[in-house]
Amino acid sequence: MKPRVSIFVTCLVDQLFPRAGMAMADVLEHAGCEIEFREGQTCCGQPAFNSGFAREAREVEQYFLKVFEGAEYIVVPSGSCAAMIAHHYSEPDPRIWEFSQFLVNFLKIEDVGARFEGVVTYHDSCHALRELRIKDAPRRLLRHVRGLKLVEMEPAEECCGFGGTFSVKFPDISGAMARTKVEAILRTGAQTVVSIDSSCLMQIQGALSRAGAATGTMHLAEVLASR
Amino acid sequence: MNARENISVTLADKQLQTAIYSATARLANGRKAAVAAEVLSAYQELRQHAHDLKKHVVDHLDFYLEQLEKNVEARGGKVIWAETGAEACDFIQNLAQERGAKLVVKSKSMVSEEIHLNQRLKHAGVEAVETDLGEYIIQLAGETPYHIIAPALHKTREQVAAVFGENSDATAEQLTAVARARLREKFLAAGIGITGANFLVADSGAIVIVENEGNARLSSSAPPVHVAVAGIEKIIPRAQDLAVFLKLLVRSATGQSLSVYTSLLAGPRREGEPDGPEKFYLVLLDNGRTRILAEESKRQTLYCIRCGACLNACPVYRKIGGYSYPGVYSGPIGKILTPQLLGQDRDPWLPFASSLCGACGEVCPVKIEIPRILLELRREIAEAQPKPGESAAFRIFSWVMRHPRVYEQFRWVRRMKKIPAAGPLKAWLSQRDLPPLPGRSFREQWRERNRHEK
Repeated sequence: MKPRVSIFVTCLVDQLFPRAGMAMADVLEHAGCEIEFREGQTCCGQPAFNSGFAREAREVEQYFLKVFEGAEYIVVPSGSCAAMIAHHYSEPDPRIWEFSQFLVNFLKIEDVGARFEGVVTYHDSCHALRELRIKDAPRRLLRHVRGLKLVEMEPAEECCGFGGTFSVKFPDISGAMARTKVEAILRTGAQTVVSIDSSCLMQIQGALSRAGAATGTMHLAEVLASR
Repeated sequence: MNARENISVTLADKQLQTAIYSATARLANGRKAAVAAEVLSAYQELRQHAHDLKKHVVDHLDFYLEQLEKNVEARGGKVIWAETGAEACDFIQNLAQERGAKLVVKSKSMVSEEIHLNQRLKHAGVEAVETDLGEYIIQLAGETPYHIIAPALHKTREQVAAVFGENSDATAEQLTAVARARLREKFLAAGIGITGANFLVADSGAIVIVENEGNARLSSSAPPVHVAVAGIEKIIPRAQDLAVFLKLLVRSATGQSLSVYTSLLAGPRREGEPDGPEKFYLVLLDNGRTRILAEESKRQTLYCIRCGACLNACPVYRKIGGYSYPGVYSGPIGKILTPQLLGQDRDPWLPFASSLCGACGEVCPVKIEIPRILLELRREIAEAQPKPGESAAFRIFSWVMRHPRVYEQFRWVRRMKKIPAAGPLKAWLSQRDLPPLPGRSFREQWRERNRHEK
């Protein structure tokens, strides 16, 4: 039987990186899932939560839970939003899966049949890495992509400096962290930086572009949807 | 210049940026190798064990402090309770004056920095000489510790030579020899030796000092009087618990499996013993710690063993360095400790200066949940010292996110030819470019796709 998957695309992907959301839906359908997108969905509430606005975060949480009532699996193209729901909601929500985790650990799929020509490097997003313990799943998926060569950056586990409102409350620190990340990326010679979080990619892309680098960024789902 | 102003100065200093980044990388890599599964297979169990021991001792601090006092005094030492830094300084100043001590040697102690002991002694006409090499350098330079375990981390060899009044081409070995010769005389002439303590062992009344240079051992044994100053949270129940803490402390700090010197000192010299001080005093400092103890959600802050691992792992510390934090404790631990020691109203920005990446919590040898405590502090500050603009913005945020039809109107912003660069957008653009904005949101594309398929 096809797993019925409710996708939570996140506000950032919905508004700024729709390609990542479309790609995720495509890959999941290709992997045999039945997809639903609940129109009422918006945000997980993390911006308020991380800024110290607990009441506002709880209001958005209540709303999220209402929208996703009855959903069996909720798959998210973001480690950060998935960690927010999985670990920082009033009660842990076991229905939440980050996209790469869902493919590798739940569906047990590592080869999605993708083809992508080029050298890529993978950026570990902090919340995926440290709150959800996601390190191998995206790399396994990437290694099965035909034509793709994965080169690790050094250090891979250092924060890109985004940090939500931190990026605009302390822009100079955030920018300095991004430039260090960019240097690590450029040392790999990769043409594309891949991550499972569009927020990190927005920060990295913005700093790469400001540095005049030609390196591009892609969400993992976009790479996996390339055939 | 205050701490916050120092951020941009540090970020703009290329030489300093390289110095901080490479020194912290060296320490962090040392730690990583020392706790790797191949060399320390029980590392995660040890961390949990250390966390549990600290939790136990902090939850029963009153019991263990009394036990410690009884055992220190049974060994011939004396315990002085200091509620504030000023009280601790008063005791030491009076002691120096009573004994006519004009010279005091000190080994490295963050607590003595916290209570500004050196300034106090100087004011009272007592010369206090730092004997840890890094501390000696920054004392001569008139600065404060840049890092919990590497106080002169930001100084280049040339800068140290200048501080010592030596030629700029002096090697590190030559400079160390200069310090060693100068300090040797101080040890022999000092009337009092002051040290910190890494651990206070309740069941035996011993203090434990971990160091690499031997200066703490000299400070505690050469002068006729030894004063150890320590925060009340430094206590551990039994000597055997050192098997857990020593393994974690030194590996987390420098990557060594054990420091060069580990001294267990219990009381002054007893009859028939050839060396040791005539008198031993242990100053136990509160200075806000019992306030932290009273707050259960943040009590873990007191578990810290001051290894400095969180500083080395922190991508923010590695950019802004040690002088961009108010208070003497820098890095992630300083970010949660200082607001609790000094009060949150002094520097309410501090807990927000973090990307919440979690690297600190990951390397903490006693598993302090630093990111969680940062969030607690943010909540408390947002409530106690609300910024009207931000509070209103998050009220609106919450409302919009619960009204998807309103939320969808964001498309008009996305479709604007030019978005006015003000507020957060201006801050963003000061460092980075914006991504190209898509014409249609996910939901618009999804609707369209489903229309075509039907």
